[in-house]
Amino acid sequence: MSEKLEQFDVEAVNKREKQQPLYSARKRIHPKRVIGSFRSFKWLLMGITLGIYYLTPWIRWDRGEFAPDQAVLVDLANRRFYFFFIEIWPQEFYYVAGMLVMAGIALFLVTSTVGRAWCGYSCPQTIWVDLFLVVERYFEGDRNARIKLDAAPWNLSKISKRSAKHIVWLIISIATGGAWIFYFADAPQLARDFVMGDAAFVAYATVGVLAATTYTFGGWMREQVCTYMCPWPRIQAAMLDENSLTVTYNDWRGEPRSRHAKKMKKAGEPVGDCVDCNACVAVCPMGIDIRDGQQLECITCALCIDACDSVMNKIGFEKGLISYATLSSYNQNMMLAGATSESEILPEKVRDKNGKLKSYFVTNSWRTVLRPRTWIYVGLYSAIGLAMLVMLAVRDRMDVIVLHDRNPIFVVLSDNSIRNGYEVKILNMKTVPRSFKLEIEGLEGASMKLAGSNHSIGQSTVFDVKSNQLLAVKIYIRAPRSSLMSENTAFKISVSETIENGERSVYNANFVAPKGVGQ
Amino acid sequence: MSKKEIDEFSGVETSGHEWDGIKELDNPLPRWWLWTFYATIIFAIGYVIYYPAIPLINSATQGISGITARSLVEQDLKAAQDAKAGILATIESSSLEEIRSNNELFRFSVAGGKSLFKVNCSQCHGSGAQGAPGYPNLNDDDWLWGGDLEAIYLSIKHGIRNDEDDDARISEMPRYGDDELLDTDTIRAITNTVLEMAGLESDAKLAKAGIEPYVENCAACHGDNGKGDIELGAPNLTDAIWFYGNTNSEIFTQISSPRHGVMPAWGERLGEASVKKLAVYIHSLGGGL
Repeated sequence: MSEKLEQFDVEAVNKREKQQPLYSARKRIHPKRVIGSFRSFKWLLMGITLGIYYLTPWIRWDRGEFAPDQAVLVDLANRRFYFFFIEIWPQEFYYVAGMLVMAGIALFLVTSTVGRAWCGYSCPQTIWVDLFLVVERYFEGDRNARIKLDAAPWNLSKISKRSAKHIVWLIISIATGGAWIFYFADAPQLARDFVMGDAAFVAYATVGVLAATTYTFGGWMREQVCTYMCPWPRIQAAMLDENSLTVTYNDWRGEPRSRHAKKMKKAGEPVGDCVDCNACVAVCPMGIDIRDGQQLECITCALCIDACDSVMNKIGFEKGLISYATLSSYNQNMMLAGATSESEILPEKVRDKNGKLKSYFVTNSWRTVLRPRTWIYVGLYSAIGLAMLVMLAVRDRMDVIVLHDRNPIFVVLSDNSIRNGYEVKILNMKTVPRSFKLEIEGLEGASMKLAGSNHSIGQSTVFDVKSNQLLAVKIYIRAPRSSLMSENTAFKISVSETIENGERSVYNANFVAPKGVGQ
Repeated sequence: MSKKEIDEFSGVETSGHEWDGIKELDNPLPRWWLWTFYATIIFAIGYVIYYPAIPLINSATQGISGITARSLVEQDLKAAQDAKAGILATIESSSLEEIRSNNELFRFSVAGGKSLFKVNCSQCHGSGAQGAPGYPNLNDDDWLWGGDLEAIYLSIKHGIRNDEDDDARISEMPRYGDDELLDTDTIRAITNTVLEMAGLESDAKLAKAGIEPYVENCAACHGDNGKGDIELGAPNLTDAIWFYGNTNSEIFTQISSPRHGVMPAWGERLGEASVKKLAVYIHSLGGGL
């Protein structure tokens, strides 16, 4: 039994220690409060955007007695959209399409210049998470207090803090869902009905769904929405280029980072500006480390810039260890700092003998964003905007649609004259009732009559069209064979307002006769 | 199974898929995603219990709700019927003239009549009521039995020359040729008389010869001047509209062996409101008098 056993150099493919988990648990993030210029700017934006969202439906706009007086109203039942002095009918939906195109271009413009500014500053998810964090901080304290509370046993104090937070969250959520429905009906009336329980079921359902999503996304899901649910982090990669400003950790001046900078310096070791205090990680609402480089999770909210700047300030270094920078300026600065594939960053290339940053480093300012691509987007955006404004200014507030009967296309009458039928639609797109005179021109001897009537009304008649309404009438035009040139005789149906300098619309109509007419 | 590959930057396993040097990381899913998945399964179980869901060989599971697509349609139809009940009752109790002069009733009747026409009448009269050989065009102003609202209403309600309704309009032109009431030459002469009355090309000599037999045989219904008589459903022979054609041979054939159109009575089948709607619709087609 002295046989030597062979040892095999092999390992099970699913060895327990090397297995990755199939599902990862979420790590709680407790963003710390920041003070700084970006944070202030974000508070301001938050106030403006939330103000617009909650207050807009309550703005009144007088349109006279025949139209609603709500400044912004999507009237789905009557298929009208009101926006201050603009009113849009469904067939004018191209204005909305144009606005969507403009919004798309604006998104390209913003992303290609200042990166994911939409994500970081104005996305509803970001704004409401910010708002929910304010509430959380008010009841539970800042980062450390919240971590402690998380770990604490469920006592009276924890229960009261938690329930207060959730109650306020729910109130905000219901208000958020509630504000949405006011865009679709008269706000004061709907508010009364809603409270009294008289509003439509769809109103309660909408508020319920939006309150639930607001509460879940803002209170519970937070960064998970951005990382796992939103397609935008993936799409944005296609819009950024090397000249787009993004939140960047400037490792050319930060590395090698050290918590013991003074000791290291004394020992003659190379040391960068980063004191590895992790302030940038502590404030990050996404819970990431910007020093790992640009990454999918980063919404470029710039709070790490504020955090790092205040630290740099304290230790007497220039601001901007984390800053908005472009990839090209970053690469340039890395080269200047001596970082190549062979060598590490050399601190002596970064700072001069007096400890000042060398002047050859590139800094980015707002001017960086001005490049041809920017101007093309601005040009496109303005061109579409201007075109839409011009169209809005000169558009008609009446329209006439004429449909020739197709079955039968003509009728021979007992006296051998020919009759054609037309469905005429007169659109009064103003918010006052108007009268329109309908007239046939260029068809001698022809006379009209209305469906259901047996009286001829000659060549013209007047219709009253209600405010903001469409009037559909069926007219029959009868013409003697002698006035018809051929199988197809062109004539005009004109509709004009009965007041002086009123609107007028002319339809080039066709009168169809059987074969052989006019020969 | 392929060898596991760990991405050197992220330390995460790759999926083994590669496109132009770009490899896909196999990051673990968040666990809440898994819970969401389980939640959808639980929802599906609830759905299957509540709604009809699983197809069997001849039927499907019913579900405890009792909801079926058919029952939903029935509900919708009932809701539509209930919504229309009021206006239908008004139409039933209103006179045709009242319906025509009331904008709401008129529009409702035209829309409803149009749909009824497509289902019940278009087979013979055509989808645009333009008629067909042997079936009158309802758009023009030439009416065999009258073209005012009341006359149209009665024609629809009782029909023409049918056996089912005692009040059906009835008239019959004698078969002058087939029953040998007139000889061929006389019929030929009358044909020319009719052509002349209509202002169409005719043989003057024959036309003159036909006047006497016309007055004796035809004028009782068609009138001395050939203007017809709607009381008897006798067509006007002087206008531009010819039911069975206006050539010499077509007119000869009609005198010799006349055809007679038949229309069923609709009053019993469709009910009072529907017949009124149809009458108002047909009258609105432009030919109504």
